[in-house]
Amino acid sequence: MIEEVFREEYGRAVAVLVRVFGDVDVAEEAVQDAFAEAVRRWPADGAPPSPAGWIITTARHKAIDRLRRENARAGKQAAAVLVSAAESAEVHAVADERLRLMFTCCHPALGMPARVALTLRLLGGLSTAEIARAFLVPEKTMAQRLVRAKGKIRDARIPYRVPEEGELPARLSGVLAVVYLVFNEGYGGRDGLAAEAIRLGRVLRGLMPDEPEVLGLLALMLLVESRRAARRRDGELVLLGEQDRGLWDRGLVEEGRALVRRCLEIGRPGPYQIQAAINAVHGTTGDWGQILRLYDQLMVVAPSPVVALNRAVAVAEVDGPEAALRVVEQIGLGQYYLFHAVRADLLRRLGRDAEAAEAYGEAMGRTEDEAEKAFLKRRASG
Amino acid sequence: MKLYALNMIQPVGDPPPPEVLGPVMAEIAKIRRDLEREECWVFGQGLHGPEASTMVRLRDDEVIATDGPWTEGKEHIGGVTIIKVEDLDAALKVAARIVRVTGLPMEVRPFQGEV
Repeated sequence: MIEEVFREEYGRAVAVLVRVFGDVDVAEEAVQDAFAEAVRRWPADGAPPSPAGWIITTARHKAIDRLRRENARAGKQAAAVLVSAAESAEVHAVADERLRLMFTCCHPALGMPARVALTLRLLGGLSTAEIARAFLVPEKTMAQRLVRAKGKIRDARIPYRVPEEGELPARLSGVLAVVYLVFNEGYGGRDGLAAEAIRLGRVLRGLMPDEPEVLGLLALMLLVESRRAARRRDGELVLLGEQDRGLWDRGLVEEGRALVRRCLEIGRPGPYQIQAAINAVHGTTGDWGQILRLYDQLMVVAPSPVVALNRAVAVAEVDGPEAALRVVEQIGLGQYYLFHAVRADLLRRLGRDAEAAEAYGEAMGRTEDEAEKAFLKRRASG
Repeated sequence: MKLYALNMIQPVGDPPPPEVLGPVMAEIAKIRRDLEREECWVFGQGLHGPEASTMVRLRDDEVIATDGPWTEGKEHIGGVTIIKVEDLDAALKVAARIVRVTGLPMEVRPFQGEV
């Protein structure tokens, strides 16, 4: 019960407290104290009628107590904060402040690793140790990264604010990039992160229900996640076309498709929406002509070598492997295992077996993932 | 309110010719007037190059002055602007205006404390 409340409400409580006290450390500590108190009291007293409200109120009292103590010790510096906390706590206690905090955590003045870590820490409630494990860095490194990022928010005064309309599209895409990065880390096998990214995506959808890219990103994550169980068989990667559709999570598929339909109604396409649409088509008609048209569109709004590589896969299905190979040879992605995997597959289909074998070798040398390696090995030998 | 230093990062070498520099300086003057009107302007001035600098340091008990800075970099701070604004977003907006005019990168660095 407490764990569930923690997952759902930690970020909101921290965001409210940051708003009231203007300090990330004060907010974090107070919310953690409040949850510690909940662990002590709820099992005996029973959970309060509004657990979220209880946590926020308790955290606010904890923060005020702490500031009073420090106030008494250090003079009157904290007095102003206390006065404003007492005032604004009444007004803002129930407002959802997470959106502001999300824009703060994903501010462009912070480095990408710091943005990701802060978002997971402050909004997701993940511990420093959990984040460190997820990103394969020592806990001490992650702790320093968080301290430094929080220090910069404070010292450079990065505001807690939803950007004004003119800046919003660029800043929102920064927030979405962080969420999608978290999701992709999860896609690489660390399941908790994918779930966390989807949770953040749902929070964003709740806060900005009319932003089509917010819906598009959530749809994309849901559709990719829906195929998780089907993506591997006996420790080997299974391509989409060969997956057992019975293993797809129907609930997630339906939710994702509904979001894609909603995006189409809004009619302001963007990179995440197009990728979501591509996933939706893959899961339904599998019409490669339509998929290629969507990739063409994606290359216009968000061109990148990775998108070009994915587009080449669609080209192979529509115009044949020879045309696709010509496209692939133009892409400079020699460090990326999928580049070699795609190239190898095209060469294999063209009957250029020796070159294909070499390309499979290149691909295998560039991935650490055992399931991917197993897949490439079978393809190379078959 | 908070003070921010906007440090213009300039490549070492001769400044651009007057026909290039003139319109740039006119635009900068316009930005300054806007900031003054918004009561954000504190200070702003270009610096001479590092060849005009003198280093003063303590060696044992003696203070000595020597020619030039310690190291010769490929770039240096060409000018400093100090502004007083609400938060980093406001400071970044001012820096963006200046960078658009000069084409040179700019370091936005907060001063300690409040004003």
